[in-house]
Amino acid sequence: MYCNAEYQDIEEKILSGKRLSKEDGLRLFDCNDLSWLGNMADIVRKCKCGDIVYYNVNCHVNLTNMCTSKCKFCAFGRDKDAKGAYAMSPEEAIAVVEDAMQDPDLAGLHVVSGLHPEWHFDDYLYRLQALHDRFPSLYLKGFTGVEITHFAKISGLSVAEVLSKLKNAGLQAIAGGGAEILCDRVRQELCPEKATAKEWLEVARVAHGMGIKSNASMLYGHIETMEERVDHLLKLRELQDETGGFQTFICFPFLPKNTELGKQVQQTSMWDDLKTMAISRLMLDNFTNIKAYWVMLTVPVAQLALSFGANDIDGTVHKETILHDAGATSPTALSEDYIIRIVREAGRIPASCDCNFNIIRRFDQ
Amino acid sequence: MDKGAITRAREKAEAGKRLSLTDALALYEDNDLLFLASCARKMKERKSGKNVFYNVNRHINLTNICTSGCPLCAFQCEEGDGRGFVLETEDIAKILQEAQSVPRLGEVHIVSALHPTKDFNYYLNVIRQVKQALPDVDIKAFTPVEIVHFSQLTGKSIREVLTILQEVGLSSLPGGGAEILSDRVRQIICPQKATAAQWIETIKTAHGLGIRTNCTMMYGHIETIEERLQHLITLRDIQDETGGFQAFVSFPFHPANTELSHLKRVGSWEDMKMMALSRLILDNVDHIKAFWIMLTMPIAQLALGFGADDLDGTIGEEKIIHAAGAKTNTGITRSKLRKLIVEAGLEPVERDTFYRPIEEGML
Repeated sequence: MYCNAEYQDIEEKILSGKRLSKEDGLRLFDCNDLSWLGNMADIVRKCKCGDIVYYNVNCHVNLTNMCTSKCKFCAFGRDKDAKGAYAMSPEEAIAVVEDAMQDPDLAGLHVVSGLHPEWHFDDYLYRLQALHDRFPSLYLKGFTGVEITHFAKISGLSVAEVLSKLKNAGLQAIAGGGAEILCDRVRQELCPEKATAKEWLEVARVAHGMGIKSNASMLYGHIETMEERVDHLLKLRELQDETGGFQTFICFPFLPKNTELGKQVQQTSMWDDLKTMAISRLMLDNFTNIKAYWVMLTVPVAQLALSFGANDIDGTVHKETILHDAGATSPTALSEDYIIRIVREAGRIPASCDCNFNIIRRFDQ
Repeated sequence: MDKGAITRAREKAEAGKRLSLTDALALYEDNDLLFLASCARKMKERKSGKNVFYNVNRHINLTNICTSGCPLCAFQCEEGDGRGFVLETEDIAKILQEAQSVPRLGEVHIVSALHPTKDFNYYLNVIRQVKQALPDVDIKAFTPVEIVHFSQLTGKSIREVLTILQEVGLSSLPGGGAEILSDRVRQIICPQKATAAQWIETIKTAHGLGIRTNCTMMYGHIETIEERLQHLITLRDIQDETGGFQAFVSFPFHPANTELSHLKRVGSWEDMKMMALSRLILDNVDHIKAFWIMLTMPIAQLALGFGADDLDGTIGEEKIIHAAGAKTNTGITRSKLRKLIVEAGLEPVERDTFYRPIEEGML
């Protein structure tokens, strides 16, 4: 019934559970039969992870926006003496979470930050430890492969040593950001000062080897080609074959507003966003979860993405700042009731979970 | 709903067969969004191939001072309210002067409130003034609700009112004010304005006079799903009889600033589901419009994958929906509209009021 003559061979592969090739991925990006793409991704999603849609009742903590890496796609990072620059003391970080604790269902924290020009690794570590000591019941997910690479460089420790210290301070899972497009041509142009493709992948590999799970992501819709998008997905798939340590994959459409790159790039359309979501689900056949990150996609796209392969809608977030600096028009937080409502409207079962996808509460009808 | 009913409804939808109310309810409950999308896309392709229509138009809202006080509306206000406005001859002249400079302007769209003291002549003069300034531009004006109001003001029949308007230059009617054609619903959301029967009578009379119209639905407020789907079937019955509807337009209810602000705006899921279901149920209506002003442009573009084949137009300045908190721009350029259509793998076609393509050579 779904058959689209031009893509019949791909459809057969998908329905028989065969792996898609790079060429298949490129052809899918050329396909504009959106409902067919969605259907394919939806079949795979249903078969792989059923009807539950995961979300977190969480709070984002961005310790500092001072950053040495100056990525062209970023509207959050700034110089130390720039207007609006901040760096939280441990007490200030605790105060942010105290505020979020007004929600009795708050389950965890998501901690990602800039690469502060003067902080040592211990400064980050100390803040993480302080949060963990003060809120031992909250799960802690934090630090991207970019931050961890930075910590290793500034401390002289190996990635494994850095991870081990973070783990001892309470870290339970690693955030998925910083992957951008795992291609050195793109990174040279957009973010030459931070972790290379190889370094980012290495952090994930080492973490997985130590039993720390991490997320994966893709920032698309800037200067990358479709081939680079597909290659990026293949690199993640390859590492996942090796380690199995990625928990969820997150698509970030580039938000051009207030960034250096924004002058030459237009924001992606919803059409591209949903296509990319579906293709990610189809290419990443060894990932269980695909996240529709509403902060970046907007709530309407995130809701529709649930039928384009997504089974994770991120969380309540509490107070998002990184993407709102880039002109995100979504709210800075959603209530849990609202998340439950939009998931149910899509005919699915909402379930809150911790940072390792353990279900805390599920809401069957 | 039993499984058998859902299976039968899915088979009919896939084959493009006519859906009964029971089928529509079964498909609604089945909630298989992408199945609906693929069936709707097939029906769209049978009707209009790869074409997606748009026009270069301007909206004029003459006044927001209204006697009907509908709880669903954020636009209207009472006389004496500081927000109130009425466009007089010289205000309209300014708008028309600006409109004269719009290349290939095809249509002026005029809808307004039911003003307490303006008489029918005021409206007739507006049409005359527009016709005089823009002789080659089609005038799409006045919803059936306004036509019924004119009939009450003048004591003339609906047929007479429409004939007079046609004589001074009206080409077609927008189909607004249908909301949900159920008197139970209208009693709650718009008790003071045209009833379901009056709306239908006006439309049928217009079609009888050769005046083509659109038809509409406002959903996501207090109506039941059955009332919503029955509304679509009522429109289909009218179309079987007259064939006068050009396009169907659906409006998700924007609760902000209305008396029904305790309600929540339905999600994009519901919007896309209704888009596809409308395409499938209204098998005798040629065009389904994704009205971007209401849906936002990203969702309207997406609707092209859910059965829509018309993106409305460039629109000058829109007031009614923006009063209800719409965050969309009040206008868009031709080239942006075309780009959005091409991106969806479809063909942009600039059209006149009657969906006749404007030849590429003329663009």
